[in-house]
Amino acid sequence: METKLRMVLPDQELLKLYEQMFLSREFEESCAEQYTKGHITGFLHLYSGQEAVAVGATAGLHRDDYILSAYREHAQAIVRGAEPKRVMAELFGKATGLCKGKGGSMHLFDPAINFMGGYAIVGGQFPISVGLAFASRYRGEDRVTACFFGDGAVNQGTFHESLNWARLWELPVLFICENNFYGIGTEVHRSSALASIHRRTCGYDIPSEKVDGMDVIAVYKAVKHAAEKVRESGLPYFIEAATYRFRGHSMADPGKYRSAAEHELWKSRDPIPGYAKRLLEEGITTREALDAIEARCKATVEEAVVFAEQSPWPEESEVWEDIYV
Amino acid sequence: MSEMTYRDALNLALKEEMRRDPTVVVWGEDVALYEGSFKVTRGLVAEFGEERVKDTPISENTIVGVTIGAAMGGLRPVAELMTVNFALLAMDQIVNHMSKIRSMFGGQTNLPLVVRMPGGGGSQLAAQHSQSLETFFMHCPGLRLVYPATPADAKGLLKSAIRDNNPVIFLEHELLYNSKGEVPEDPEFLVPIGKSEVKRSGDQVTIVAYARMTVLALQAAEDLAKEGISCEVLDLRSLAPLDDEGIMASIRKTGRAVVVEECWRTCGLGAEISSRIFENCFDILQAPVQRVSGLDVPMPYSREIEKICIPRKETIVQAVKEVMQGKF
Ligand SMILES: Cc1ncc(C[n+]2csc(CCOP(=O)(O)OP(=O)(O)O)c2C)c(N)n1
Ligand SMILES: [Mg+2]
Repeated sequence: METKLRMVLPDQELLKLYEQMFLSREFEESCAEQYTKGHITGFLHLYSGQEAVAVGATAGLHRDDYILSAYREHAQAIVRGAEPKRVMAELFGKATGLCKGKGGSMHLFDPAINFMGGYAIVGGQFPISVGLAFASRYRGEDRVTACFFGDGAVNQGTFHESLNWARLWELPVLFICENNFYGIGTEVHRSSALASIHRRTCGYDIPSEKVDGMDVIAVYKAVKHAAEKVRESGLPYFIEAATYRFRGHSMADPGKYRSAAEHELWKSRDPIPGYAKRLLEEGITTREALDAIEARCKATVEEAVVFAEQSPWPEESEVWEDIYV
Repeated sequence: MSEMTYRDALNLALKEEMRRDPTVVVWGEDVALYEGSFKVTRGLVAEFGEERVKDTPISENTIVGVTIGAAMGGLRPVAELMTVNFALLAMDQIVNHMSKIRSMFGGQTNLPLVVRMPGGGGSQLAAQHSQSLETFFMHCPGLRLVYPATPADAKGLLKSAIRDNNPVIFLEHELLYNSKGEVPEDPEFLVPIGKSEVKRSGDQVTIVAYARMTVLALQAAEDLAKEGISCEVLDLRSLAPLDDEGIMASIRKTGRAVVVEECWRTCGLGAEISSRIFENCFDILQAPVQRVSGLDVPMPYSREIEKICIPRKETIVQAVKEVMQGKF
């Protein structure tokens, strides 16, 4: 039995979730196009298919809560509030980018919205999240630190060290595993002795649960509930969201290791049209209203591309800047 | 001024900075209840409590990562890694994260943190516990690296490191913890990062050294003076950034140089400094620069063969004599 949407959130908020998912998808698909044109270079890991996780989770957090992630993080930054045009400019390597063109796709960072970074060393963000959570507690701030990572990252030493540490020091960290079932081309059961990832946390006495990562409402409810628990108890919590990436690991990966049948199955669970259907069926919106939202998202992404194209390259002297204070 | 050990000078620096700034916190393996493997954190938990002085699990990479996160979150954490050897387990957080977070995020965050690491050889601790890894850190842009030779510098540099808004790696020599010296009592006594100091003035040859190598260089200079050779001993104090100005000023005065390094010779800091001297002072050099280095071997345990792997007073004296006779 699915809960009725109106029992979860007011209409405006429900529509916002739709808009954020649609914008994320639109942004990522535009990135793919810009990559093909040679405007975006380097590594590019797209989030298409996983939108319900970033959108549902961000809605379940407070704006003061810290968010950290890996290198597949455009949507997480944008949904949290990073300006799409400055994210696109960063991907283009332009001076107007979020990080002045020094970070690129994998290293978005925007402290003004408490988005504390995309990290491209698998598992690098775990201990940094724990440290941020300590700083918040020490300073008496009412903040949860949400740490996103993939199914591949749970085999890093930092995962185990950080879960142990967060529980030992009793820190408000919400670990969110985006289990898309693959680390590049290796399926979870080929890398994890215990493929049911959320069950790993019993070794650290951290409560955990698994949620359908293709259902934005399920993710929202789970994260909201988990974040409340973390806030009240001051203790860590763990969510595993089962999801799927519709594209290859990065733009360099044709994704041959996944069967067409598997792909089709997950495609049929695409979080965006599925949610649109629910919004319509429950009478929360109309097709025209959704069309208007979609048009707005497309315009935002088009503007972002124009902004990125027209922005200047960084000055050569910039290479010596920002290394030391 | 009061006389104290290098250990106590470090301890005093920690206490003074913790009293002055409530955002300074200290953590590491065995630093709280056990008061540190080398007792540098003695008395801290008693004075500042368990929220500011914390024992950590044996998880070096995560110790550094947590320190990074705490610094990003507005604290001034001072982490202790039990010894520099274990920093190798934390090279991911040090090199891939700590050194680059500020620049790769476009200068939008600072990491005002210190990672303290005792190190160096000479205590018969064998290959895995006797390393001098200073060059490993010097190679990586984005870090500051200091390595004091005296109790006064230990205090002044640690205080500067804690106040600095950049990540600082703070090396301490295990054989210097019990060495004594005069230390200023002034709680505002700071030693600037990036500035070398002439520890003995002379005019025929410059011995460039750091940490325990400075102590040995001073002993060598004393012996050489009796033979009529006047050595200037330049203590680097900071290894990143290197004080090129201070180094070149001394070489321009003496015209000759011996660089003493405890680390391995191959790609060691002696090679870097020699090269910089050749690039900047070739016109006035009277002889090729000499290096006195740790031998390029894993450190053996036995006392009699360990001692030949580390620079000694005698090897420095020998190198100075060679440089005095050398010509182009
Ligand atoms: C320490 C480290 N090892 C290997 C890599 C190469 N690498 C990049 S992404 C990746 C797979 C990670 O998979 P997962 O955590 O499931 O994240 P996903 O890409 O599925 O979002 C690997 C092995 C890396 N970046 N860092
Ligand atoms: Mg994965």
